[in-house]
Amino acid sequence: MTIAVTSDSAAAPIFYEVDEHAHPDGGSTSLGFWIYLMSDCLIFAMLFATYGVLGGNYAAGPAPKDLFDLNLVALNTTMLLFSSITYGFAMLAMARGRIGQVQVWLAVTALFGLAFLSIELFEFAHMIHEGATPQRSAFLSAFFTLVGTHGLHVTFGLIWLVTLMVQVGQRGLIPANRRRLMCLSMFWHFLDVVWIGVFTFVYLMGMLR
Amino acid sequence: MTAQAHHEPGAAADHGHGADHQDDHAHGSLRSYGIGFGLSVILTAIPFWLVMTGTLGNNQLTAIVITAFAAVQIVVHMIFFLHMNTRVEGGWSMMALMFTIIIVVIALSGSLWVMYHLNANMMPVHDMRQMP
Repeated sequence: MTIAVTSDSAAAPIFYEVDEHAHPDGGSTSLGFWIYLMSDCLIFAMLFATYGVLGGNYAAGPAPKDLFDLNLVALNTTMLLFSSITYGFAMLAMARGRIGQVQVWLAVTALFGLAFLSIELFEFAHMIHEGATPQRSAFLSAFFTLVGTHGLHVTFGLIWLVTLMVQVGQRGLIPANRRRLMCLSMFWHFLDVVWIGVFTFVYLMGMLR
Repeated sequence: MTAQAHHEPGAAADHGHGADHQDDHAHGSLRSYGIGFGLSVILTAIPFWLVMTGTLGNNQLTAIVITAFAAVQIVVHMIFFLHMNTRVEGGWSMMALMFTIIIVVIALSGSLWVMYHLNANMMPVHDMRQMP
């Protein structure tokens, strides 16, 4: 908004900018969301540090070698990696403006994400059934907190993904929905990055201890 | 400063920003996603293979190697999936990332270092098998 000030001496009116100039709608969302992801990254870093400190304290309970099944972890990793590339395909379809393809790839991503969660819950249930509960030892507390927090993130990502499928179905690929899909894309790929740390430092390193 | 002098560049910068925004967040290409996925599969498969078969024989060496693979894979994901580069948001995303990496490195290495020494130097010899 500008205010015109006419002075006696000056022939042309002088304009002063009172308000901040307009920002394009959602112009800073990507940066803001990225900063959120970085703060999330700090949460995971602290959980990794906790696991790193406590990961060797078994309290005479089960050790990683007794609990982890690397075949299952490899399958889980594959599911998350596939879901990452299928989300990428959804973004490519979005760039071309194909609503149908976007919906199909989002659905495929959701299925892979659901498979990941199911396998993780199966693993947790199996461990708890064997008596390896979070209360058993510091190692298990740290393990369930770290891996569980990642699993919760995937769960919320899935809820978000389904919400966006409904939104895209109702409104199509409007700029707001494109922006939301872009944020979820960052979130989803970020979770895959965190999972690299989890399978390397928790599962693979656990088997080496 | 007159409105023309002030507002025109501002508006131009806005448009420029908007255009950059579109370009920076171009959603990669089929090729870049393909390369990223291929590299990720290789960088995931090798550590699993190393640990599951115990090919290297030495646990410490294996740990160092799989850590290196994880570091490379994180960079691959950042570039090919998160489309990270120094131009996104005028460099601010990279700035935030650098800041986060510094904090993470300090917190992780500091915790592990301090707690390792606490464990090594201050814990009484204690046999947990005596616990109920």
